[in-house]
Amino acid sequence: MIQIKPVGDCGVLVELGDSISEEVNSKVMELNRRIHGLSVEGILETVPAFCSVLICYDPLKTDYGAVSKVLSLLSESLEGKTGLRGKLVEIPVCYGGSFGPDLSFVAEHGKITEEEVIRIHSSRDYRIYMLGFLPGFPYLGGMDERIFTPRLNSPRTRIPAGSVGIGGEQTGIYSMDSPGGWQLIGRTPYRLFKPEQVGKPLYEAGDSIRFVPISQEEYKEIKRNQEMG
Amino acid sequence: MGFEILRPGALSTVQDKGRRGFLSQGIQESGACDKYSMKLANLLAGNLEEPETAAVIEFTLKGGEIRFTSEEIIALTGGDMTPCINEKPVPMFSPLLVRKGDILTMGLAVSGLRTYMAVYGGIEVPSVMGSRSTNLKCRMGGLEGRALLEGDYLESGKDLRQFKKMIKKLKGNEKLAAVDEDEPWLRHSSTPYRFYGNDRMVLLRAVMGPQENAFTELGLNTLIRNPFRLSTDCDRMACKLEGEPIELKNGADIISDGIVEGSVQISSDRLPMVLMSDHQTTGGYAKIATVISTDIPALAQLKPGEWVAFQYVTPGEAVAICRKEEEKLRIFKERLKNIIYR
Repeated sequence: MIQIKPVGDCGVLVELGDSISEEVNSKVMELNRRIHGLSVEGILETVPAFCSVLICYDPLKTDYGAVSKVLSLLSESLEGKTGLRGKLVEIPVCYGGSFGPDLSFVAEHGKITEEEVIRIHSSRDYRIYMLGFLPGFPYLGGMDERIFTPRLNSPRTRIPAGSVGIGGEQTGIYSMDSPGGWQLIGRTPYRLFKPEQVGKPLYEAGDSIRFVPISQEEYKEIKRNQEMG
Repeated sequence: MGFEILRPGALSTVQDKGRRGFLSQGIQESGACDKYSMKLANLLAGNLEEPETAAVIEFTLKGGEIRFTSEEIIALTGGDMTPCINEKPVPMFSPLLVRKGDILTMGLAVSGLRTYMAVYGGIEVPSVMGSRSTNLKCRMGGLEGRALLEGDYLESGKDLRQFKKMIKKLKGNEKLAAVDEDEPWLRHSSTPYRFYGNDRMVLLRAVMGPQENAFTELGLNTLIRNPFRLSTDCDRMACKLEGEPIELKNGADIISDGIVEGSVQISSDRLPMVLMSDHQTTGGYAKIATVISTDIPALAQLKPGEWVAFQYVTPGEAVAICRKEEEKLRIFKERLKNIIYR
């Protein structure tokens, strides 16, 4: 069930399903790739999300009729292959301690040890369904239910960039300093949002992320190297 | 050579048409809230070929005080903050020649909300990811990714030889280049308005959807049959409206999808919120409609307590309106070229 809808005079939304699933999201990424592969006159950019792609166009160069016609052709016979596609990006994470003040709570809540939380969290690859909320903030799917943990009752006013957290059934990384209500279990030394560096971002929607546990020493080492460029 | 900020005003930022191409990475466009006034200011200041990319200053609610450290051509458009140079009132919608040492002072906006100051050559701040716009949320672009502060110094990117030629042609002819009071249609964007009692009510044209199916027939009609007023919760990210709640079939939550400037989102309080240029890139509330690009400038000029109404248009009509608006500025640019900068 594909739906193509107008978004004002500058956008078109293509809905490819109404659930969060790997299959639908794979179709989203496939359509997104097709659009970018074709470089259609007047199309400015796209926003792939869980089950839709938003296409922004320049109304001085094209219009809804022309863009929606192209999109309906491109949306034909999308396969929606499951299994991880895109690239796999490893994110080093120093778990616990001052970087992960809520690690013990997550362990307690799941009635497991902190070591098990780390092992479970870092033992699978997470699909990036969408980027949003903050620049470079990945919405990740597929977390193990043993570490599902409700959000904090009152959000923190400032969470440092790089913090890795769990919010309900989701896990993610705060790409910049921000308020937020997720349970923090660790921090990556990687700088995920670098406005001064134009070019390929570390990851995009459709890629996958693997968290790799590191020690405090390794954290400091990587951090130093990052800062030196 | 440029100017110094003596007093920054309430919220003053460097803006251009915005940063495109990064929504998929979670980076919003930013850019001037009232892009019509930004483009008009640039044309008036002589930036004929860069009306969208030459950076301007956007003042909000209350202007500031600026001292020029060199000769410049400037122009002021948008809301009226009763501008004075060296304590003498100066016209808006006109090129102004300022000399070294001149002080521009602006007060509270007596009409509108946002005033734009363009400078010949554009404001010279580094271009970050293709734009000079300040993105306050990501703390990037503009001047160090922040609002202007007392003591800041900004430069214009003018080419001195070209500038001398421009000055020669403009001097004494400023009135000829100005948009006069008898051309109100050219001074502001072409958004219609009605009266609600004695108050002006801006008519925002919007394309229904993309989540029109989340609303009842009654809800879809409530949006266009009732007036709404701007709440105090309005900024560069969004304008939250007050009025008749909009009926939804089930909840307001949807699976998050992409958002554009103009998206009319209905959250759990069932009241509309129109997303502005610093909007988040994705969101999980149902969007009943999208305000057309031509009418965003008019909304960006409203203060809390002022009225709006909505009217549905088709995407085809919306594109035609947008092209007509662009034509208006193109004709004005030709006029400047023919009568001043021959």
